[in-house]
Amino acid sequence: MSLLAIDNLSLSIGRYDILKNVSLDVAPGEIVAVTGESGSGKSMTALSVMQLLPDRAVTKGQITLDGHELLTTSEAEMCSIRGRLTGMVFQEPMTALNPVKTIGAQVMETILLHTSATRAEAETRARDVLDRVGLPQSRFPLGRFPHELSGGQRQRVVIAMAIALRPKLLIADEPTTALDVTTQAQILDLLKGLVADYGMGMLMITHDLAVVSGMADRIVVMRYGEVVETGATAELFSNMQHPYTKMLFDASRHRVDLPEARAEAPLLEVRNAVRDYALPRTQLFQPREYYRAVRDVSFTLQKGERLGLVGESGCGKSTLTRAILGLEPLQGGEIKLNGLPVLLQGRPNLAVRRQMQVVFQDPFGSFNPRHRVDRLVTEPFHLLDDPPRGRARKDAVDEALTAVGLQPSDARKYIHEFSGGQRQRIAIARALIIRPELILFDEAVSALDVSVRAQILDLIADLCRSYGLSYLFISHDLSVVRTITDRVMVMKAGEIVEEGGTEAVFNDPQHPYTQALIAAAPVLPDPVEEAV
Amino acid sequence: MVTLAVASVVIFAVIEVAPGDPASFMLGVNAQPDTVAALRAELGLDQPKVQRYFSWIGNMLTGDFGTSYTYRSPVTEIIGDRLWVSVPLAVYALVLSTLIAFPAGIFAAARRGKSGDIAVIGGTQLGVAVPNFWFAMMLVLVFAINLRWFGAGGFPGWSGGVFPALKALTLPAIALALPQAAILTRVMRSALIDVLGEDFMRTARAKGLTRSQAIWRHGVRNALIPVLTILGLQVSFLIAGSIVIEQVFYLPGLGRLIFQSINARDLIVVESVVMLLVFAVVLINFLVDITYAIVDPRLRQRS
Repeated sequence: MSLLAIDNLSLSIGRYDILKNVSLDVAPGEIVAVTGESGSGKSMTALSVMQLLPDRAVTKGQITLDGHELLTTSEAEMCSIRGRLTGMVFQEPMTALNPVKTIGAQVMETILLHTSATRAEAETRARDVLDRVGLPQSRFPLGRFPHELSGGQRQRVVIAMAIALRPKLLIADEPTTALDVTTQAQILDLLKGLVADYGMGMLMITHDLAVVSGMADRIVVMRYGEVVETGATAELFSNMQHPYTKMLFDASRHRVDLPEARAEAPLLEVRNAVRDYALPRTQLFQPREYYRAVRDVSFTLQKGERLGLVGESGCGKSTLTRAILGLEPLQGGEIKLNGLPVLLQGRPNLAVRRQMQVVFQDPFGSFNPRHRVDRLVTEPFHLLDDPPRGRARKDAVDEALTAVGLQPSDARKYIHEFSGGQRQRIAIARALIIRPELILFDEAVSALDVSVRAQILDLIADLCRSYGLSYLFISHDLSVVRTITDRVMVMKAGEIVEEGGTEAVFNDPQHPYTQALIAAAPVLPDPVEEAV
Repeated sequence: MVTLAVASVVIFAVIEVAPGDPASFMLGVNAQPDTVAALRAELGLDQPKVQRYFSWIGNMLTGDFGTSYTYRSPVTEIIGDRLWVSVPLAVYALVLSTLIAFPAGIFAAARRGKSGDIAVIGGTQLGVAVPNFWFAMMLVLVFAINLRWFGAGGFPGWSGGVFPALKALTLPAIALALPQAAILTRVMRSALIDVLGEDFMRTARAKGLTRSQAIWRHGVRNALIPVLTILGLQVSFLIAGSIVIEQVFYLPGLGRLIFQSINARDLIVVESVVMLLVFAVVLINFLVDITYAIVDPRLRQRS
């Protein structure tokens, strides 16, 4: 007997068909994962169950939850179902909580809304729930505000609100996507434990197949608003039927074919780099306190080498990246590229900056939407004393766009005409156009779907072959770093705790932190081994 | 404190820098030389500038603002009387504009794009565009002359009871409040629309709150920060706006006082009133900062 049954659900908004005949069900105590790339309709499926769809959405079909037919239920009744029979956990814990209310008040709200509990009773229950999700009274009294908690802790509060009344169905929409790997492992454990304890059904939405493989009893694969394949996790992984599922799986475990590295001479030298941030004064005449974001970091990147930098959020990798670009002053040590300091008298050294380019994470935010692609791609030309003009400029644009797999005719288009993956190609073209010695990839593939990510990684490997790139690849994603780098450094709390050849570090991590990181990262089962 | 000190220097300097002798300026072109000399002595203009500045500041700190030349009575007394009209008028107008703007803004945001929203937006368009003295004259025409509900102007004083005094202030307060309310409504609406798009509003709905419950419990307080900023700025405008409105309604308030003093070239009164207004604005900004911290816990550590 299923708890949630979605039967032939179709959803359209205006002229767009978002969902087409989606059917799936969740039994009590079962974890069903809906997976697929962006635009597959997996989040809309979740919101349909909550009936929290955009105003103009039109639905057809049936959604039955514990005997209630949700699509014909009145809004007033839905309000009594939400929070009581269904709880929902969202992707972005940093913004999912009301910043002006205490965590206690927000957990209690669910309880007070649906039960006749008094305030004191609700407080006791909220306390119990917060204890259960791992936020003990001693460190997390009810009067804490969300901004005083980390991302993982906030996600625990969101989970506490969702499970406060022990709903029968828990919907988790990308619950760990915004979290670090070690935090992700803890939250996934917590969710699994809750499902087992309370006998809830759980509908989990995630794009990450590795997470799915460790969590779900059954998997539903979606594409373009349709269910393409569904089955028990182990069976589905060992016997994929639909080509799209196979493609997703292959892309998730995609390994690129990097050409042999040629370590010729030192290119980037970082010596005892220290970066302090002044903290706001707590008292008027007290000496200022400093937060040391980068602690005595030293490393050398050889010409032709592909170096990875991994670490969790707040470990200082972004600060280090900015320091290398000459965007942050150092309080100690020095950074040199080809023997020249990146900072000259506190200002970025132009002679160095033209040898270095960066590709950022966000393919949407890092372009000016009012400029055409040729102008965007040629932005680094302002670093040159004598930038190419006219014909030479056009040739340079054509070559850069061709190199990243786009058409020369794309030069006259605007950035909104491209998909996320294409935008990241344009970002790479922009970095390549002045033939820099060093490229920094700052989480450059983190925002992309797996299939697109695989293509971009292949592109980077291709460019390594044709251009002999040297780069520093900064990422929180271990599997990506593993395939795209020769050597890797692991950063924690401003320090490099381990470094070495990529395969060596991943196969035999020495530092306990590296070991913890690798252990926490979810892995896909190996299809070859399963088949044997 | 720093703001006040700087303001005092600027005010003092402007009066000093203004061409001509303050005493002869105050007495006009036809004054006798000995009258001017007498006034100079009375004003202490024969003393060095730095000493005059500090005695002016020192006296102000002890509550002595000097003696008005035209009224022949202490400035403190004159201003004190006027404050009893101007402060209640400003507060009255502020309360009215808040009472109009908050519900209207929330109403419009909750019905974004629907007819109710469009009506409110149209109303605010009108409120922003029409100057408040015209409003004032229309109010007098309709409510005082045609309907005879209110007097057309003047102020009976508080001694005659609170109700008649408030009644006399009602039309001026409405005239002052309407344009402010129009701006505030728009700010409230757009701030709330921004908040409604936040993730935590969806979280609130997922808990089982109805749409309006979610707006009232989670939306409004988060929308208040930009609204408070504008509200704080508006108090200064209310004080400035009252100069015109007090003229129209013939109210014996600060606005009229400053207007008359400038006409009568009574620099001591002008100086004092301006200083007082600066003080009021600084005080209001301080209050707004405190209110920020009450509304938003994230700002508490910073202050």
